[in-house]
Amino acid sequence: MNVEKVARPRPAGGTELEIWNLAATVVDPEVPVVTIEDLGVLRHVELADDGGVIVQLTPTYSGCPAIDAMRDDVVSVMTEAGYSEVRVDVVLAPAWTTDWISQSGRDKLEAYGIAPPAPRRTDGKVNLGLGIRCPRCGSLHTRQSSRFGSTACKALFVCQRCHEPFDYFKEH
Amino acid sequence: MSHTSNRSISTAVTAETIATAGVVAPESVARYAIGLGDDALILAQRLGEWIAHAPELEEDVALGNIALDQLGHARSFLTYASSAWGKTEDDLAYFRDESEFLNRQLFEQPNGDFAQTIARQLVASVYFEMLYTSLTKSTDPTLAAIAAKAVKEVSYHIDHSTQWLFRLGLGTTISRERMQRGLEAVWPFTAELFSPDPLTEGLEGIAVNPSSLRVDFDRVTQQAIADAGLTLPTTPAVRGGGRSGIHTESLGPLLAEMQVLARAHPRATW
Repeated sequence: MNVEKVARPRPAGGTELEIWNLAATVVDPEVPVVTIEDLGVLRHVELADDGGVIVQLTPTYSGCPAIDAMRDDVVSVMTEAGYSEVRVDVVLAPAWTTDWISQSGRDKLEAYGIAPPAPRRTDGKVNLGLGIRCPRCGSLHTRQSSRFGSTACKALFVCQRCHEPFDYFKEH
Repeated sequence: MSHTSNRSISTAVTAETIATAGVVAPESVARYAIGLGDDALILAQRLGEWIAHAPELEEDVALGNIALDQLGHARSFLTYASSAWGKTEDDLAYFRDESEFLNRQLFEQPNGDFAQTIARQLVASVYFEMLYTSLTKSTDPTLAAIAAKAVKEVSYHIDHSTQWLFRLGLGTTISRERMQRGLEAVWPFTAELFSPDPLTEGLEGIAVNPSSLRVDFDRVTQQAIADAGLTLPTTPAVRGGGRSGIHTESLGPLLAEMQVLARAHPRATW
């Protein structure tokens, strides 16, 4: 199986960097503080021989409807910037992981009130969850109130210290 | 799958773009993908019936989210399958009749009470996890890619079903009785999951031989049922035949509800 530990880096320069930076302005429709670059959903950009633009995105969860909005938004920003031929390919492999969310993305999630995902361990024998920190008061004294939340990527937690409920972006 | 060149960065697979990316399934692979897609689609539709009816709000959300994951798997498999005939996922989901659906009969069974749904989820999630783990090694890159994504999601579904199995099995006298009854209602449909699948014929290395999953499935589910203080049902297996289009009386009404809007307004979009 194809596993990548880190998100794809930005292109080094030229038109592809320009295309990447444009695509990277698109935000998650459900969590509008993080961009598709922060999430690791933006996988690749390319200027085709005929001058068209190809952008590759990968969905977070198989059924997540946000990918449709992200794709439309990428087409919009490209078109507005003057690229008339835009193709957005949605790719499934390698499968998306929360390990691809950038540090900046994690900071933005926390500031927005969503606890960022813990690192995903795949080498150990036991699937042991780490303590999840309350994004409001910083306490580690929290408990899970529901394993599923308002979107496919989140679970619900409650802080035992400040008593506020909050979303946790599940490690995946 | 390699990503050594820009063009082959990864397999372009999605509900919407398989067709535009020009990925076309050979017909035998497409038939197999229909079976996999129908299992996920029919289970998603059943789980969706729980929304606003679950015992607590968190379970409305949980079962709805699990259904959404299943629907995502169904869309990927059916879109890939439909490419063989120049069709779309919607053609397959909404415009086939009952005898053309190839899902195993377990997935069309009515929800019953919450315990029975949990029993079906236990069987379904453990089965899917083993099936998709094995399918990631398929020599068909599209099937392998769909499976690699799906397996991460169904692993989380196993946690959900086993936690409820324990909670109900080790809970009150009534919850224990109902969990046991739920297992007994579902168990006759488990054998079909591992019986020979006509859709895998000629697909050596591409499809998963269902009987290869049986030993691990039995080990995991028997352990979980024992840990929950429950008894492994001995109810006899039903005849099955879902992969050949033979279904129980429960599928027809489910399809009627799922398909009525698309058939009343063909080609409608929003």
